Amino acid sequence: MDALPLLSTDQMASFVARGFLRLDAVVPHDVNAQAMEELPGLLRSWVDEFRGITGERDEGEAPLPRSGTVVTDAYAADSAFGRLVRVPAVAGAIASLVGAGPVVDHHFVHIKGAGDMHAQGLHCDAIIDQGPAFDIQLFWFPHDVAPREGGTRFVPGSHLRRVNMDDVARYQHLSGEEYYSGDAGTVVIFHQGLWHAGAPNHGARDRVMGKLRLNPTVPQVRLWDTSDLADKNRNDDHIWARMDPGMVAATLRGSEGWYEPSAHRLETVQRAHLWRHLTGDPEFDVDWYLTRTERRAALVTPGASA
Amino acid sequence: MSARQQVLMLWLASPTLDARVLGWSFHDGTAGVGPQPELDPPYSTGTAALVDGWRLLQLSTLTPPIPGHERDVSFLKHEFVFERMVEMDGEGLGVASGPGRSRSTLEH
Repeated sequence: MDALPLLSTDQMASFVARGFLRLDAVVPHDVNAQAMEELPGLLRSWVDEFRGITGERDEGEAPLPRSGTVVTDAYAADSAFGRLVRVPAVAGAIASLVGAGPVVDHHFVHIKGAGDMHAQGLHCDAIIDQGPAFDIQLFWFPHDVAPREGGTRFVPGSHLRRVNMDDVARYQHLSGEEYYSGDAGTVVIFHQGLWHAGAPNHGARDRVMGKLRLNPTVPQVRLWDTSDLADKNRNDDHIWARMDPGMVAATLRGSEGWYEPSAHRLETVQRAHLWRHLTGDPEFDVDWYLTRTERRAALVTPGASA
Repeated sequence: MSARQQVLMLWLASPTLDARVLGWSFHDGTAGVGPQPELDPPYSTGTAALVDGWRLLQLSTLTPPIPGHERDVSFLKHEFVFERMVEMDGEGLGVASGPGRSRSTLEH
């Protein structure tokens, strides 16, 4: 069996900085076609569960996986989701981000009907999750989605903001936000905290999207292709001193159109913390924000600080 | 004639009204009959909204960080809320008290 195509250091750094990763048109057409047949049935299965109807299933309905099941066991290998997680590019990205043997949290099928002009409020899923370890959510679009045809709205760089669920619904327009559009078979992988919302569908056909949330079961430390990590991982890359565009720091200090300049610096610190977690390197830094304060703190006599 | 309120929320790059707009929301008491935003964003700064006739209702206060959470990031900090009143004629048509605009095609 060929080795999985793991993510590169640059791809991982981009994920840490922006909170998502696009894999364009990586799912084969026959798997996408199967999804268009199966996913509506999975949605019906959930509706039945929600209503307490767990007995006989209609044709096309599939049992839902139990949370905590290893993803490759949760779905039959010949099912749509089972085939999705075995697509090499997808499997490689999953292994890079959450390691071998991630478990299913849940999946959900989102169908945005043709002409449905409702704009869902911006939100992040679940609640505020503490700590640097994170889940990923695969957003699988099995058919072409043109601009304004219900592609999910999402806000790059929002994943490390500490907010709870719908508490960001107030923001109708943010500079630099995106509305997904792309070719069939595209998978966009979100960090668990990324703000997103269902968008109006101005098109003439329903937009189908399968979302799959995965939990890691191993420490998320250096799981990607780290062959170039040592060359890119300087902790003294500093925008006001010496910097190199090839360093991880160059990606992690990237801003977004909706960031206040003051918040941008704090975002950089949050990303540096997450990169420390992913690399196991407690001294990594971007622009010296962490290093200077940690070194000063080490100079203070215990008990002397206010 | 009766009046309806339109509310414009702007999130700015710093605590001053002169700062550039990073995000915005619009809530329309005329249900689409009154003048609508045409640009995204509708103004480049908070001050530009004042110049166009919007009245400032509220601005976010400057609060010190919570000890232990000084470096956390959360909501956008610099929120400014504006209003304008739109006079409605007998047939429900909006007549803006400020500069008028046609209906918006911007989606939320």
